[in-house]
Amino acid sequence: MKTIVLMGDPNVGKSVLFSRLTGVDVIASNYPGTTVDYSKGRIILKEDAFEIIDAPGTYSLSPTNKAEEVAVSLLDKADVVVNVIDATSLERCLLLTVELLEKRKPVIIALNMWDEAQHLGITINVNELENLLGIPVVPTVAITGEGISELMQRMDEVHIPKQSTVTNDDQIWTRIGHIVRTVQTIAHRHHTFRDRLVDATVKPGTGILTAMVILFALFWLVRLLSEGMIRYCAEPVFKLYHGPITTLSNWLGPGFLREILVGKLINGNVDFVQSMGILTTGLFMPFGMVLPYIIAFYLVLALLEDSGYLPRLATVTDNFFHKFGMHGHGILPVLLGLGCKVPGVLASRSLETRKQRFIAIMLIGIAIPCAAQTAVIFGVLGHHGMRYVAIVLGTLASVFILLGLLLNRSLQEECPELFLHIPPYRRPGWSAVVKKTWMRVRWFLAEALPLLFLGVLMAGILDTLGFIEKIASFATPFMKTCFGLPGEAVPALMSGLLRKELAIGMLVPLNLTSAQMTIAITVFSFFPCIATFGVMWKELGGKDLIKAVVIMILTALLAGGLLRLLLI
Amino acid sequence: MNEKSVIQLQQGELATVVALHGGHVFQQRLRSAGIKEGKTVRIVASYPFSGPLVVEIDGRQITLGKGMAQRIIVAMEK
Repeated sequence: MKTIVLMGDPNVGKSVLFSRLTGVDVIASNYPGTTVDYSKGRIILKEDAFEIIDAPGTYSLSPTNKAEEVAVSLLDKADVVVNVIDATSLERCLLLTVELLEKRKPVIIALNMWDEAQHLGITINVNELENLLGIPVVPTVAITGEGISELMQRMDEVHIPKQSTVTNDDQIWTRIGHIVRTVQTIAHRHHTFRDRLVDATVKPGTGILTAMVILFALFWLVRLLSEGMIRYCAEPVFKLYHGPITTLSNWLGPGFLREILVGKLINGNVDFVQSMGILTTGLFMPFGMVLPYIIAFYLVLALLEDSGYLPRLATVTDNFFHKFGMHGHGILPVLLGLGCKVPGVLASRSLETRKQRFIAIMLIGIAIPCAAQTAVIFGVLGHHGMRYVAIVLGTLASVFILLGLLLNRSLQEECPELFLHIPPYRRPGWSAVVKKTWMRVRWFLAEALPLLFLGVLMAGILDTLGFIEKIASFATPFMKTCFGLPGEAVPALMSGLLRKELAIGMLVPLNLTSAQMTIAITVFSFFPCIATFGVMWKELGGKDLIKAVVIMILTALLAGGLLRLLLI
Repeated sequence: MNEKSVIQLQQGELATVVALHGGHVFQQRLRSAGIKEGKTVRIVASYPFSGPLVVEIDGRQITLGKGMAQRIIVAMEK
């Protein structure tokens, strides 16, 4: 089967085009570096099946980070390259085009964002561009699907380009300059009030103010949405569900099956948080407690991603992130980590150096609470008082800052400077936002549900065998002195390694004081779940993962011990 | 000639790029971002300390670190 690879500069719309061509959903956003790995799909063109690959963006065939290396390595596989170009930045994009032609790859150009170019008063003579490059060029608007069928129609016009006469860089730039002057005309635009407003969001003073207002508003929006969904959706549904599950519990009667499916009865009743059965806690934790928060977070994140604000936020926070050995781009993996640490860790690939990636991954793994953790922090500690929520979040923030400063000092490598294209602001499309949120929610469910059920099952079996009691009594002296917690907290914290939500069902029955609960939740927040450990191993390798675990244990001992001294 | 480094410009000022001081990789990277000789740049934002610079070229904005920006030489426009 022949392979088609989509290549182009970052943030030109490759992923949107890929979704259009294949029907395979991939995450697309309005900032450079969204795609850090490739996705594969299949299309049928004139009765022949093709494999089609969506590559990460790269400005040239000389890669500057890991994601770009992936893109360049995919080129070898390509029988046909669809070079996606941003029609509003023709000159910038042509470097890659010329490089692809020099490699003598059969190339077809998708001249994307055609509508936006027209809107900006940029006209490109497509026929002339085809003549000068000697390859097919098709104007497209990937978002609406315009030009996609013509692109597919003309895919068989590609051919191996002639041996070029260009030998050095200067000649490449001369050639690009000549092409741009011949085919492109730009109508002069005056600087408008709107432009000034847009600029204000990236300037030092006003930009920082904007960032604080936007982040605060988004945080507030996430809470408003998630609490609304819990109050008006999740709670009523589980109230209705309580009847049938009680009937089932009575019908099953005491025994192993009830232990596993329904769990323990608390004061003779089914309790969704504490019962720890597959059909009670196993369903309530993901759907009743975490899912509303996940949906709210990802809806808001999608709005933020698609608006084009994130590269501006990276610019505004650049000075701050340099203190932690990263540049402003580090805010992207961190933001994604607030949803789920796995994509957060993966997104660190868009950082150039190993030191930056190591620090980003460490901070995400240890000090950034994922959506499930945040839901747990608010869901459980909220009842004890917002003061305790603030203590946990404040501790995590302090650890983020201290660990960042420390890691930056202790690692030698120089941090490269920020180099970032700022896309124009775009109004996020509702269907794209909803689709992206749904993809991530689906991913959460597929990832979390099996592990949760497995965890509840294992906890049930180990409890029946008396294992949990043994671990608890063994750990009691240590836990008492270090954290002021009972030994029973250990099995709870260990189950948190599988999924964060699990630990709660085991912590709540221990009847901890507010201070103890705060310490327990803080300590367990420093250890990510098993899926994150997996991806950390993949990205860092075994040696650095061991370092990470050592840092986690030290952080937990120090921060947990300190809180014990202060609170108890 | 009134030539200086782009970091010496104030926010809002316009200038023409006349030279990129640096190695092959550096020049290639900047040119592939549209920063090249003969282009007009506008300083959108200039951060204090070692913070970045935001420049606009051909209607597109780019954030870049001061160390890189220092090596972009411009001539003032009237």
